[in-house]
Amino acid sequence: MKKWFAYPYGVWMIVFIVAPILLVVGYAFTDKSGAFTLANFGSVAAYAGIFGRSFLLAAVSTAVCLLMGYPLAYIMSRSGPRLQSIYMTLIMLPMWMNFLLRTYAWMSILENKGFINTFLQKIGFIDLLNRTLVPAMGWEALEYIPLINNSFAVVLGMVYNFLPFMVLPIYTVLIKLDPKIIEAAQDLGAPQSIVFRRVIFPLSLPGVISGITMVFVPAVSTFVISKMLGGGKEMMIGDLIELQFMGNAYNPQIGSAIALVMMLLIFACMAIMNRFDDGRGEEGGLML
Amino acid sequence: MKKILQNCYLAIIFLFLYAPIAVLMIFSFNDNKSRVRWYGFTLDWYVELFQDSQILNSLYVTLVVALAAAVISTLLGTVAAMGIHCMKRRSKTVYLTLNNIPMSTSDTIMGVTFMLLFAALSLPKGYLTLILAHTTFCIPGVVLSVRPMLRQLDKSTYEAALDLGATPSQALRQVILPEIMPGIVTGAIMAFTISIDDFVVSYFTAGSNTQPLSVVIYSMTRRRISPKINAVSTLMFLIILVLLIVINMRSSRDAKKKS
Amino acid sequence: MNKTSRACALLLAAALPLSLTACGGSSSENGEVYVYNWGEYIDTDLISQFEKETGIKVIYNTFETNEGLYTKLQTESYDVIIPSDYMIGRMIDEDMLQPLDYSKIPNMELIDEAYTHLEFDPEQAYSVPYTWGVVGVIYNADKVDAADIGSWDLLWNEKYAGETAMFDNSRDALGVALKYLGYSLNTTDEGELRETAQFIMDKKELFQGFFMDQVLEKLPNEELVAAPYYNGDAVTMMEENESLSFYVPKEGTNLFVDAMCIPANAKNVDNAHAFINFMTSAEAALANAEYIGYSSPNNGALALMDEETRNDPISYPSTENTETFLNLPVATNELYTDLWTEILKN
Repeated sequence: MKKWFAYPYGVWMIVFIVAPILLVVGYAFTDKSGAFTLANFGSVAAYAGIFGRSFLLAAVSTAVCLLMGYPLAYIMSRSGPRLQSIYMTLIMLPMWMNFLLRTYAWMSILENKGFINTFLQKIGFIDLLNRTLVPAMGWEALEYIPLINNSFAVVLGMVYNFLPFMVLPIYTVLIKLDPKIIEAAQDLGAPQSIVFRRVIFPLSLPGVISGITMVFVPAVSTFVISKMLGGGKEMMIGDLIELQFMGNAYNPQIGSAIALVMMLLIFACMAIMNRFDDGRGEEGGLML
Repeated sequence: MKKILQNCYLAIIFLFLYAPIAVLMIFSFNDNKSRVRWYGFTLDWYVELFQDSQILNSLYVTLVVALAAAVISTLLGTVAAMGIHCMKRRSKTVYLTLNNIPMSTSDTIMGVTFMLLFAALSLPKGYLTLILAHTTFCIPGVVLSVRPMLRQLDKSTYEAALDLGATPSQALRQVILPEIMPGIVTGAIMAFTISIDDFVVSYFTAGSNTQPLSVVIYSMTRRRISPKINAVSTLMFLIILVLLIVINMRSSRDAKKKS
Repeated sequence: MNKTSRACALLLAAALPLSLTACGGSSSENGEVYVYNWGEYIDTDLISQFEKETGIKVIYNTFETNEGLYTKLQTESYDVIIPSDYMIGRMIDEDMLQPLDYSKIPNMELIDEAYTHLEFDPEQAYSVPYTWGVVGVIYNADKVDAADIGSWDLLWNEKYAGETAMFDNSRDALGVALKYLGYSLNTTDEGELRETAQFIMDKKELFQGFFMDQVLEKLPNEELVAAPYYNGDAVTMMEENESLSFYVPKEGTNLFVDAMCIPANAKNVDNAHAFINFMTSAEAALANAEYIGYSSPNNGALALMDEETRNDPISYPSTENTETFLNLPVATNELYTDLWTEILKN
């Protein structure tokens, strides 16, 4: 294992990542005639609300993925080897069905007269709410529970599509944990919650970091989900960039500026997270 | 008690994961294009599917590209993750930052810049451009899933193997690779998944006779997505499921034989 | 770390892309035609029929928006494309289309003159109409009072707040409001456009959402009571839910024409003409009209249709008081983008 192992990928990155990014940078700092300008970034400032919303929804989705995914990864890692591979494929299999079809299926499920609301109506749950909670809170009578065309649905859509990318990295780290360390901690009389908090979770941090990166980073720039499930009343950054490139006007200059700012903000978030990681995990993983 | 709780949790998660899949599979048998209302059972969409050369051809493109991208990105990404692992802090940061770029740009930008890049390199659009583009956005996932494995690795095992007279390549193959295998497998699976799901970058990098399935589906959204797509997804799902069951039965039989 | 191994690694990295270049295109002896159409916008039986009759292999691709088609055309070559009106205008302006040789498209005479020589292609030199339609309001007659219909204002009638929708793209959405306010769909007047955008912003809270194809599911399932969409889709939806109906608002509306064109960089021009001529035959146009559900500009197809469909005011609405989208100047298009982000900012 030598560091030159990374050089082929280095060359690959220069051609397929650095070169395109230079193009994006070039667009971002020029105007239509090709002259240098900073004006594009000025127009980005007007979109602060869209940025805030996208980062917030991505962060919430990442947190939900972590809360839902960690226990799943943990349970998987404690199962027998055959069960493990079954779990793994069961988690990935839905993702091999087309993304748009999955999202449309969620629409059918979440609609005001969709499968969930119809079901709740049939079992009388909505009536029950109308008789108990609704008068108590002073709301208007409910006909359905609003599950779609709001931020909840957008978060749900993102969690659904990104959950496996949180589970798998955590799971791979957990199965490689040395059971002796855990046993040692238990032998020393530590209660299970402490063993988890002090031993298992810190040791699984590299996987958690990878998982968070794999979920948060693409979630910020995602589009379509917000349109399909969110009702399309509020844009996200992905929609905004798409509009600049594929809308009425082809406007790669502003589109690139938005993408660059988004990228820098994402990297800032990652840097903060990695700092936290460095303090605990980085070399620790090797030492133990 | 703990076991029950655990099983409830798993049940909820899998219900969440499979509810939409069940919906899309059920509606592949619907006697209408509706995705919500049931109009009666039919197999028409399956019959039509096998007459639709555009969909079948695009399915083939999708699978070829996803497999190629998964293989290439797993190889390149695993080796790269090893190299990055041995790097000093500064070059490591550079690599990992660049590695994050494909995920942190919007798909639209990546698609358009790839299109311009391939035009500048005068590469004809087709399998090649699709695979190059897909590999590029698949590698980061491989690197990110192999890296934690390497960080967990006990450096002394590798050194011990060398001390015991193994050549570096033997040590690599027999000591390190088995240790990081789960990460490699995960990375490959993630690469395959990301590749299958992409439609924006594919739209811009596909040639005029290599349209992947995801692009065909996206192009249907001005009207209604044809239930033929539900049918093809259902078939894919069932085939994979059967394969899994067969593999599992086989391996359990092997395991029994051994014992 | 020795130098040779480093060199090897670099070589390997350089060789990887090259080794992949092996994949090339295939060719068919009888020639090919590359067709680029909207998704779900053809009766696929027609493709195999054309292949059988002519021995020309059809390589069929689909796109999602006019803008997507436009971008794709910058670096790819197709033989037949089917853009909409304003995009045809833009492509003509930018020399992206080639004039058609009508001697090779004898079926052109079947096309109704109401849909030829429109403003986007005044000489009718570049396009053969494929489908047409008008935008109108699709509503649920059981839920909407008869007194409330007739105008665009049903969409923001407070009685139905949260149960109506608006288009999810700037040109169509602003188009609805422009017509309501009595302006041209093709206005370039900044004041008019700003006023229109403000109008939509004020009504935004009344909409359940900004939807495109989602209405195809939400109207029949009664998630919505009214939404703007195309008359051809109204016909399909009414088959699913009999309470639905359609009207063209009295303030006027948008007439769209999608037409077949041959890009300037087409490689199989003769085959392209053959394909266009085939699709314009009475039988093919009829099959297509039945499959797609949109109105056919083809008199031959109309003659073969049953009287009921031909005279149905929803399948074949009057084109009076309609306007077609034209290609707008760049500055106006940029203004549209700005206004649209303004509307959807928060």
